[in-house]
Amino acid sequence: MSSIAIPHVPAAPPRRGLTTWQAWGLILIAPYAIVFLAFVLYPVSYGLWLARHPESYARLFADPIFVRTAINTVVFLLVAVNLKFLLALWLSGFFVHERVWIRWLSVVFLLPWAVPSIPTIFSIRFMFNPEWGVVNSVIFRLTAQDGPNWLNDPQIGLGLAMLTHIWKSLPFWTLILMAGRLAIPREQYEAAAVDGASAWQKFKYVTWPSLRTLYLSSTILSMIWSLGDFNSVYLLTGGGPADLTHVLATLGIRYIRLDQVDLAMATIVVAMPLVLPLVYYMMKHLSRE
Amino acid sequence: MKKFTREAVLVLVAIPILLWTLIPIYHIFLFAISTKDSAFSGALWPDKPTLRNFEMIAQQHHFYLHHFWVQIWNSLWIAVAAGAITLAVATCAAFAISRLKVRGGRAVMNLALFTYFIPAAFLAIPMYKAMGMYGLLNNRWSLVLAMVTLAAPYAIWVLKQASDKLPYELDEAARIDGATPLQLFRLVYLPLMTPSLIAIGTYALLLAWNEYLYAYLLLSHERQIPLAVALGHFIAADDSPWELLMATGLVYALPPAAIYYAFRRYMVSGLTTGAVKA
Repeated sequence: MSSIAIPHVPAAPPRRGLTTWQAWGLILIAPYAIVFLAFVLYPVSYGLWLARHPESYARLFADPIFVRTAINTVVFLLVAVNLKFLLALWLSGFFVHERVWIRWLSVVFLLPWAVPSIPTIFSIRFMFNPEWGVVNSVIFRLTAQDGPNWLNDPQIGLGLAMLTHIWKSLPFWTLILMAGRLAIPREQYEAAAVDGASAWQKFKYVTWPSLRTLYLSSTILSMIWSLGDFNSVYLLTGGGPADLTHVLATLGIRYIRLDQVDLAMATIVVAMPLVLPLVYYMMKHLSRE
Repeated sequence: MKKFTREAVLVLVAIPILLWTLIPIYHIFLFAISTKDSAFSGALWPDKPTLRNFEMIAQQHHFYLHHFWVQIWNSLWIAVAAGAITLAVATCAAFAISRLKVRGGRAVMNLALFTYFIPAAFLAIPMYKAMGMYGLLNNRWSLVLAMVTLAAPYAIWVLKQASDKLPYELDEAARIDGATPLQLFRLVYLPLMTPSLIAIGTYALLLAWNEYLYAYLLLSHERQIPLAVALGHFIAADDSPWELLMATGLVYALPPAAIYYAFRRYMVSGLTTGAVKA
């Protein structure tokens, strides 16, 4: 081990011939390869194999909450993710201003993303409790009227789940878009200013062309991840009232808790028409780079 | 005048951002220092702030808190184990891919990143099934391994990016001096990679500490669950002690917040690496 300076070695043999180096490469990459095989590839293949029976799908479609769940999922993806990205795009423009206090604000702004979901989502849940929550008590103090039923109303409940999702993941995506904005050369803005461009024109002709690819691929990636967002729905509404606010993620987990693995896997397979085009887009985008 | 308007607009934007971010967090804090009556009255500040809730937690004086110290220990144990194993696995893989140029290394990394194209809740279902077949359900190792699976691809990717930036001449020099791959790894690679390793270790640690879904699926015995799952149990009943729940939640959320701020320079630059390459 400690014989680094053996005197008689003149040769620095060609890189590719060194089989011990390749062998060590294989040894060092093996632990991850095992993790991947044991906990991703094998489970997913086995799960898909379990989902092969047509009758699982018949039972899934026959579940009275399935259609509502599928609609909720699509609404969640389209509305929550796009709203989040419009906000992130706008906020990233705010946070790139160079002020000391804005830097401090950005530190605070990242909190929702840094702290665990469960206490914060429960906190939001109690704020919207119709009887004791702070939101309705403030409404009552201001208007002397009872506030809405919030989480006991399926539409408002799903809306609040989407807002919770946005609250939690907006900081991360704002950060990503901020990095994108900071990578745009300053001279382009200076040139635009010399030409007398308005703020909107600067955005349209300088910012957006540079940011477009990042914006689109981030949106797509966020859609894939949001499809797997269990916490925002489960911890806020628990899928209720009357199982009307489920999304595919919470429905799948519900089945597995009831020990109906084939239904849980069928739920995942049913989501594939949503996932695969997104993944296809990402793969194409990544291979172009 | 124009400059003044500009600053005023910035402040006007800042206020709603601050409120939006802090209200749910302030609400946790408010409950944590309130008695039950005060918390349920919808007050914006308690008449008599109290630390009684924290005392009850420390003494485990509530049905939901009987195993508090064991559970926070579980959270810590799982987070540290997941952080350490992710770091070890990912560092070795990144070294093999980036420095040893092992054949098929790129393919392995692409496959690894493919993990992130599977929505987390969807991967949890087959993984739960597989953990059952491996006999790991209700064993803390199942959660550790699940977290390693989720953290490693990102860790490998970031470490590979950082590793590619090290000059290749270092390796050449070491080889000419007759260094073995392990010596190169230990004496050249690890010391130079330390900042990235700190960032990645912290990232995996926080990911495991914060995780709820996988913990909820894989572990169920009272004395094996981490604090996150224990918090979930609080709202099983209608008359939940929300003030205790929030106080416990605050205790649970403080370490990651503190660690995050301590390491945020590493984390932010690490996270956004490569995001803007296009």
